Amino acid sequence: MIKVEHVCKTYKVSKRNAGFSSALKALFHKEYELIHALDDVSFTISEGEMVGYIGPNGAGKSSTIKILSGILTPEEGICQIDGLTPWKNRIQHVKNIGVVFGQRTQLWWDVPVLDSFELLKEIYRIDPLTYRRNLEHLSHMLNLSELLKTPVRQLSLGQRMRCEIAASLLHNPKILFLDEPTIGLDAVSKLAVRDFILQLNKEKNITVILTTHDMQDIEALTNRVILIGKGKVLLDGTLEDIRKDFDSTEEALAQFYRSHQI
Amino acid sequence: MRKYLAFFRLRFSMDLQYRAAAFAGILTQFVWGAMEILMFRAFYQADPSAFPMSLEATASYVWMQQAFLALFMAWMMDNDIFDSIANGNIAYELCRPINIYRMWFARSLAGRLAKALLRSLPILLTALFLPAPYGLMLPVSLDAFLLSFLTLLLGTGVTVSFCMLVYMATFFTISPMGIRIIAVSGVEFLSGAVIPLPFFPDGIRHILELLPFASMQNVPLRIYSGDLAGAAMWQAVFLQVFWLIALTLLGEFLNMLAMKRVTLQGG
Amino acid sequence: MRLYGKYFMIHLKSIMEYKTSFFFTCLGQFLVSFNVFLGVYFMFQRFSHVEGFTYNEVLLCFSITLMEFSLAEAFARGFDLFPSMIRQGEFDRIMVRPRNEIFQVLGAHIEFTRIGRFLQAIVMFIWGFSVSNVHWTLPKILTVILMIAGGSVVFSGLFLLYASICFFTLEGLEFMNIFTDGAREYGKYPVCIYGKHILFLCTFVVPYALIQYYPLLYVLGRGKTYYALLPVAACLFLFPCLLFWKIGVRHYTSCGS
Repeated sequence: MIKVEHVCKTYKVSKRNAGFSSALKALFHKEYELIHALDDVSFTISEGEMVGYIGPNGAGKSSTIKILSGILTPEEGICQIDGLTPWKNRIQHVKNIGVVFGQRTQLWWDVPVLDSFELLKEIYRIDPLTYRRNLEHLSHMLNLSELLKTPVRQLSLGQRMRCEIAASLLHNPKILFLDEPTIGLDAVSKLAVRDFILQLNKEKNITVILTTHDMQDIEALTNRVILIGKGKVLLDGTLEDIRKDFDSTEEALAQFYRSHQI
Repeated sequence: MRKYLAFFRLRFSMDLQYRAAAFAGILTQFVWGAMEILMFRAFYQADPSAFPMSLEATASYVWMQQAFLALFMAWMMDNDIFDSIANGNIAYELCRPINIYRMWFARSLAGRLAKALLRSLPILLTALFLPAPYGLMLPVSLDAFLLSFLTLLLGTGVTVSFCMLVYMATFFTISPMGIRIIAVSGVEFLSGAVIPLPFFPDGIRHILELLPFASMQNVPLRIYSGDLAGAAMWQAVFLQVFWLIALTLLGEFLNMLAMKRVTLQGG
Repeated sequence: MRLYGKYFMIHLKSIMEYKTSFFFTCLGQFLVSFNVFLGVYFMFQRFSHVEGFTYNEVLLCFSITLMEFSLAEAFARGFDLFPSMIRQGEFDRIMVRPRNEIFQVLGAHIEFTRIGRFLQAIVMFIWGFSVSNVHWTLPKILTVILMIAGGSVVFSGLFLLYASICFFTLEGLEFMNIFTDGAREYGKYPVCIYGKHILFLCTFVVPYALIQYYPLLYVLGRGKTYYALLPVAACLFLFPCLLFWKIGVRHYTSCGS
């Protein structure tokens, strides 16, 4: 289903120090630094799997997700998803995926949620019957019926996240990328989101790739964990592989990061 | 005084960081100025006798205007200030042991000076080396040079104190946008940013020269190019001082009223 | 096309949520270009003509340029706001959708407030139209329509170019303003008044003269017949812009997480 081999991605970042004189210096001479966001990353994910993709801030999680979803073009490496290379067959590829960026919104701020959905229906060319069925199904599962008529700016974060997830699923994607879907949510909303993702995976056999800093998300949702640090895959296994003798996953993870100096 | 200076330094090093933006800005203003001068040249060639200034003086006016754009453009207002009034963040500022009017005044002044300092020199230097009548003239005399520098600062002061009135007005209206838009486009036209005041018909021009708007860019730019001299010049300088004091006092007064209102309504 | 209709309706609905702000922004747009008009007006109080163009003819020229610009700006506004779209990750969202990127950027922002500027252009045009000594014939009217269409294309191409640069710099370059806002501002007079060199640049580098000066000469009965068709040639300008955009998308490096 998803095959990633030897993918590399580097960024050029300008260095800048604080202070008046260095600001002046930077005016004439700028120093650049190459950052290896991804350094020879390989893994495969099969259909219907739920995978937690974790690592400290700046490890390369987002870069991976962005390459897999066709946003970024890597310098090297192969990536095949359902037989397509995301950055080469972008339009074909993205028809089959859904993406939720937890810290951003894809809904239009000032109009009712339903209007955003209708727009997505046009963008993905969803036929009316499928659209109606999916909408009914999703609003039933996520309890949206009350929210659809409300402008987005009046929704709470939890309500909005439910709508965001629904929006990413209207077109029956085979793969769902969730980038920190529970960030900032209260306990009730978190549980609701997790339950829904589990159920979705069971019912429709959707492949789910999840990045998060919340270990409870991982514990509740996935068996398999890919741990990335400094652009390299450090561990690809089960949660138990990380946890070993520690009481909590959080502690185990912190220890793991420390021992790898990331 | 030191706390106001701190604003200035922060602002200046912030602006310095955007190197590409600064270069691009300088280049933009340079082209802009060149086009303006070419336009005036076309009118000059059409009918030299109807041209109210010398072409050299007009070119110098345009170059100075481009170099010190940041000092006089009324639309360069601080959006943070409008936002903080609208969304109530102003409460933060009220907690600080500082006079809001003076703080904002310092902040606006710093923003303008920092931008202008960075951008003016390259433009002025290049313009100096352009052939006459398209380049920037050397100042007609040392007196004119010093006085244009002084009036430049006075003019900036008048511009900032006028903008302060617009900020203050937002305390008293529901929709500050309207006031802002009308004030900005009014200033633009009446101060000589669209066409220099000498190009207006005489009747209108006599009235315009008494208004505070003429005390902004009109005075320093024309003193530098020697277009404004003698008694008329001293009258203009006097008007600048007068308007600076009047607008600042009015601003402080509005500020006092606004603070009363804010504390009465509880924010 | 249906999708664009949807975008259109959503923008219309959003605007209705902020009626006062909408009104004042329109007013602002109007006043800004009204100032420029007053500038022209007062200049012609002093001078009767410039480079052989009378006040009425300049008015015609100014209004057509303004119309070209405000149309392009209303619809290609997404490109104008592109730096912030990149910074806020809106472009990531666009990339994960199965539609052409350019089309989605166009749909992301439609600026109805430009109607303020457009209305003024129309009023000026009607005024210039009625007082000009032009003997209006069908080919001349068609030429004006062609000018407006071609001009919108050229300005849209410039907006596209501006946005493409953001892929490399991540911020909008103020320099590009010369070609967009600057062209609007200086397009109030026929390009030839700025001298031979500028006219050359505006013919062969960025084809402003092809959408303004040359066809205008034809309309005023002073130019060759083929001048009327030059706005079509100006549309070729769009191709290098599109190419540059394609390169930019490949180079895109997203922003933060």
